[in-house]
Amino acid sequence: MSDLNTQAVERYRNNFLKEVEENVEEGHWVKMCMQCGVCSGSCPFGPHWEHPPQEIFMMIRAGKRDEVLASDSMWMCTSCYNCIVRCPRKLPITHIMHGLANYAHRLGIAPKGQPTREFAKLFWDNMMKKGRVNEMKLTIGHYFRNGIGAGIKEAMAMKDVGLGMLKAKRLNPMELAGGHGLKDLKGFHAMVAKAKEIEDRKKGFVK
Amino acid sequence: MSEMKTAAYICKGCGLGERLDAAQLSKVAQKEGKANLVREHDFLCSAAGVQMIRDDIEKEAVTHVAIAACSRRAKAEAFWFPTVAMARANLREGVIWSQPDTDEAREGTQEMADDYVRMACAEVKRMKLPAGNTETGHNKRLLVVGGGVSGMTAAIEASNTGYQVVLVEKSGSLGGWGARLWKRIPFQEPLKDPVETGVTDMIDRIGADPNIKVYLNATLAKTTGAPGRFAAEIAVESGSVAMEEVGAIVQASGFGTYDIAELPELGGGKSPDVVDQAGLEKLAVEAAARGQPIRRPSDGGEIRTVAFVQCAGQRDDTGRHLPYCSGFCCSTSIKQAMYFKDVNPAVDTVVIYTDLRVPGSGEDFYRSGQEKGVTFTKGKVTGVEPGSKGCTVKFHDLILNDKDAAIQADLVVLATGQVPNSGVNVDIPEEEAAKMEVKPVSILNLDYRQGRDLPQLRHGFTDSHFICFPYETRRTGIYAAGPVRRPMDMAQAVEDATGATLKAIQAVENAELGRAAHPRSGDLSFPSFRRDGCTQCKRCTVECPFGAIDEDEQRYPLFNESRCRRCGTCMGACPVRVISFENYSVDTVGSQIKAVDMPDEFSEKPRILLLACENDAYPALDMAGMNRIQYSAFVRVIPVRCLGSVNTIWITDALNSGYDGVMLMGCKHGDEYQCHFVKGSELANYRMSKIDDTLKQLALETERVATYEVAITDIERVPQLINNYAAKINEIGLSPLKGFA
Repeated sequence: MSDLNTQAVERYRNNFLKEVEENVEEGHWVKMCMQCGVCSGSCPFGPHWEHPPQEIFMMIRAGKRDEVLASDSMWMCTSCYNCIVRCPRKLPITHIMHGLANYAHRLGIAPKGQPTREFAKLFWDNMMKKGRVNEMKLTIGHYFRNGIGAGIKEAMAMKDVGLGMLKAKRLNPMELAGGHGLKDLKGFHAMVAKAKEIEDRKKGFVK
Repeated sequence: MSEMKTAAYICKGCGLGERLDAAQLSKVAQKEGKANLVREHDFLCSAAGVQMIRDDIEKEAVTHVAIAACSRRAKAEAFWFPTVAMARANLREGVIWSQPDTDEAREGTQEMADDYVRMACAEVKRMKLPAGNTETGHNKRLLVVGGGVSGMTAAIEASNTGYQVVLVEKSGSLGGWGARLWKRIPFQEPLKDPVETGVTDMIDRIGADPNIKVYLNATLAKTTGAPGRFAAEIAVESGSVAMEEVGAIVQASGFGTYDIAELPELGGGKSPDVVDQAGLEKLAVEAAARGQPIRRPSDGGEIRTVAFVQCAGQRDDTGRHLPYCSGFCCSTSIKQAMYFKDVNPAVDTVVIYTDLRVPGSGEDFYRSGQEKGVTFTKGKVTGVEPGSKGCTVKFHDLILNDKDAAIQADLVVLATGQVPNSGVNVDIPEEEAAKMEVKPVSILNLDYRQGRDLPQLRHGFTDSHFICFPYETRRTGIYAAGPVRRPMDMAQAVEDATGATLKAIQAVENAELGRAAHPRSGDLSFPSFRRDGCTQCKRCTVECPFGAIDEDEQRYPLFNESRCRRCGTCMGACPVRVISFENYSVDTVGSQIKAVDMPDEFSEKPRILLLACENDAYPALDMAGMNRIQYSAFVRVIPVRCLGSVNTIWITDALNSGYDGVMLMGCKHGDEYQCHFVKGSELANYRMSKIDDTLKQLALETERVATYEVAITDIERVPQLINNYAAKINEIGLSPLKGFA
């Protein structure tokens, strides 16, 4: 993965904005930001971000590549879409944030151990196994990510919610034993692989 | 008009008949108002009512009409009798709509109405029908000073409207700054790319236009006269002098750029690679002539990065540079960045700004710049250091709060501002001006009592009634257009010049008919003075806000009728009260003041005189009436043309005849003035600040005279002020002077 990063650094030299435009989903919008700051002011998580969206856009223009891609800021986005609704320049800010996170992830320089990133990986892997999300396994995998002791503690804290879901038949304990999958799992995998191939070609990730 | 015959008409419509005793009003008009003819009508502004008045004028030879109905601001078309003198008693907005409809209030309301009828009858008898002087000048040519985009627009627009133009240009060619641009910002869709300036077309059109006479290398040596009869002495560089007679003047003397040598910290004057926006236009024109991209001026090297520094020497709070924003420069930098991007998108162009201000259609153009990849960085440039190959631009990045941000640029463009070519500051005395380091050169060289050029506003921009009437200056018939009156871009200058030209055309047409120009457009009355009473104190010639009054050889005031705006400030100034208008004089107002029936000191009915500016305070009062906002029945309102026309004799007369208080309501004054006549309310305020002495002489409390600044929107505040004042009078008690008059 990191050789992808080296290649990108090589290819764009000093022009991080151009790199973002070509490789990040909706990245061509970054240059249209007019620095009004409405996105940062609208973000419910704004105060907790190291760099709110307005700053991220400015950093991209200022060529601060490592700081942007290694930042955990865009991983904090909860997709509430407040910024998109309010942006006077109609920038798809939420999508750009996810695009940046995804790009950093693919280059292998996204922050290690960032909870959102870890959960996203867990979710993806879980889903890829059977073509659907196994909620039992996903929950348990998530609780026990930091070892048995921490897992039990976290599970106990959430037991009322879990029991409630069991009662309401929102959680099926039988799914722990393998669980059910898609009818055409092979076809699903082929579809995802094709999508990845197209995206890689578009974004220049083909080796 | 041989013999005076007065008629009073009492309207009973709009509820007047129900709320007021019309028979009583008729009796007042007859007995006290001494009207020769008194008629009541159920609906006076109806066709029948108006016809009744017309018939009286024709058949009964009525010469003076007092109409007791609605406000003078209402039904002006219906009550339009241009052949007679007319006064209006405001019984509707001013009485029944502003007083409660209760049994207790009935007496006070009727007293108010009676007084207004007395006042209208008294006023109209002192009025004369203004004749209007049609001999003030008939010249309808326009003189345009300055041959830049503003001046050329003015000339072309005037010619298109059918007026002849004399165009005087200081330099050897037309076009001004516009001719030096490579391209201009687009005025209309698509607002994407820089476009041809069109200046050459304008120059060609002027050259081919028989209506436009052009003087190049020429300046105004002397300008005399007034609207309709200006005489301009045009000095041409060759030494010859031409005389041109014109009716009005458009001053489009434009601007100069702020000298970048004043900005050494931004590299100004230190390296050829640091230029101002005009400098970049020059580089672009030269490059286009060579058919090549713009090269680095110092060594002809390739340009890969260009930095645009906004607000260079502008919006400065240190006092060393221009304090204002010139408004055009952000759009210009975007345009100039496109010069590079359109040729080679690989050139990095960075605009460093603190606030990007792109008026007009600039937002679309800004967006187009972003789409083309112009980078916009919010920051404040702290220094530009020229090096061997390009410069280092240091700046404080305001978004990332990085105080030591820096970029390398092959070329740095400083967005400096516009400095107006306003001529001489007439507010600085000649002796002081002679001591100045750089002696300003007069543009107009007016032969006026109040100075050689138009007055200046803040930062040296030429006069403009910027709040309400931006084209108007304080010199009637002379209109400032373009960046000389405020910073602006080319699109605005074109619009501005067009507006100023139309105002100039109005001025010559009004002058021909002997009518006032704005804001009392069409007014035929005119101030005259009684020469044998004049003490030559010069207050009128000094205080006239419009420089309308010169001095003759014997030092008497010399009124230039078509320069006059009819505000009456001279009338208010005159200590011996010899200045008057036919239909507005010390006497017309004075007689109204005295006509009011003054209850005695035991009546517990105070009387408050309110002199209200007819432009703002009076309409606000009318609107208060329309909204049924009530105010004290003790007040008697007299509209005045401007608070500046208030002669202090009215105040002393009022107090002497037993009024318990006098309120004056005029417009806001000072730098942010709203006075239609610019200086009227300010002068009134100054005069009233001296009234305390008079009050002390009369052994009266200083609260008996109060001056207020009000705006036309103060619909609720004005009644409140009246009520508060009435309460105050109640507190300090009735005037001790009652019964002595």
